[in-house]
Amino acid sequence: MSNDNWPLYEVFVRAKRGLNHVHAGSLHAPDAQMALRNARDLYTRRQEGVSIWVVASDDITASSPDEKDSFFDPAADKVYRHPTFYDVPEDVEYL
Amino acid sequence: MYGNDFGPRDDAPLNAAETQDYTQALEDYFNGLIDEDSRIEPRDAMPDGYRQTLIRQIAQHAHSEIIGMQPEGNWLTRAPSLRRKAILLAKVQDEAGHGLYLYSAAETLGVDREELLDKLHAGKQKYSSIFNYPTLTWADAGAIGWLVDGAAIMNQVPLCRCSYGPYARAMIRVCKEESFHQRQGFEILWTLSQGTDAQKAMLQDAANRWWWPALMMFGPPDSGEKAADGHTAQNMAWGIKRFTNDDLRQKFVDMTVPQAIKLGITLPDPDLRWNEERGHWDFGEIDWDEFWRVLKGDGPCNAERIATRVAAHEEGAWVREAAVAYAAKVAEREQGAVA
Ligand SMILES: [Fe+2]
Ligand SMILES: [Fe+2]
Repeated sequence: MSNDNWPLYEVFVRAKRGLNHVHAGSLHAPDAQMALRNARDLYTRRQEGVSIWVVASDDITASSPDEKDSFFDPAADKVYRHPTFYDVPEDVEYL
Repeated sequence: MYGNDFGPRDDAPLNAAETQDYTQALEDYFNGLIDEDSRIEPRDAMPDGYRQTLIRQIAQHAHSEIIGMQPEGNWLTRAPSLRRKAILLAKVQDEAGHGLYLYSAAETLGVDREELLDKLHAGKQKYSSIFNYPTLTWADAGAIGWLVDGAAIMNQVPLCRCSYGPYARAMIRVCKEESFHQRQGFEILWTLSQGTDAQKAMLQDAANRWWWPALMMFGPPDSGEKAADGHTAQNMAWGIKRFTNDDLRQKFVDMTVPQAIKLGITLPDPDLRWNEERGHWDFGEIDWDEFWRVLKGDGPCNAERIATRVAAHEEGAWVREAAVAYAAKVAEREQGAVA
């Protein structure tokens, strides 16, 4: 048995309280507990984090590049979702 | 599974996979991203040449980090003080980390780390030839930090803007960590330069041995009339490479010579002189025969480096197996607890 059997985990690190966990990279580990320990040694050697998540890469569902129509098209024609879309008199404050 | 990526936009024809139109659409999509200096992400369509070039380069880079632990590892137990030992341990551990970041980046291109390690062990993939030179004295630990890590930084900083996202991101992390490597090396040498005559001689000797191999780290000449020979033009067009080997080498010489002067040492090149007109340091011919000889296996330590690496891998097998067995046992227990 070898490393082949060590699944891939994605590592997410919260740099400090108040911030989101951000994807830092990936690593192989025999299980999630070891993945956490390896992630500590690999991605937080210089106190880069106060909290770590590891997620088995296989468990992630991602949008696919194969989709014929862009997955994100529906948002493209909805400019009215942005505040700059609206015409209001310039001298009105706090809008 | 990696990230939120995009394939060709609406210009890809319906159900036309493997038709010529589709191939063209993929190519246009990739070239469009490269032209706008955007990043290519793992699940993007990319030309096979681009993928294979990156796999080879990233693997070779990862192997260099891993093999690169050995020359300095040689001095871990003999570092002259506890302070130096702690620093060197941290540095060597960083190099292991760099190797792992890079193997991860390579894996996003569809290869297994295991497969890459097998190729390294079988001599089918290379690592930087600089690590085939021996570390004979403590000053060598300093010279490696100063010159080898210094040259690596020069190579790696432009890679932070490499067109392949995961490689670029790994490089950003690596570069942040490298600056301590170079500074600790210089500090070792600076301390020797303030010491006894024997220490100064040790410093000079290390510089004599490491200077030329460090210049070779940038690779063979690839500008001027040599520009047509290698892969530099294609790699620059793909945004994998941002400067020629020769440009980076010159930058390194310009950066390093004043530091050598500060250390009070002579670099082993009689042709080294400031060229007012060019605004750069001129330097002598590099012995490329030596470079190719060492790269092809005939350096002082090639066999030893691979043998050490293979032994570490094989003697560590039981640890990997035990970890898998333990993980299976824990999973079984949890199953039992649920049932
Ligand atoms: Fe490194
Ligand atoms: Fe380094």
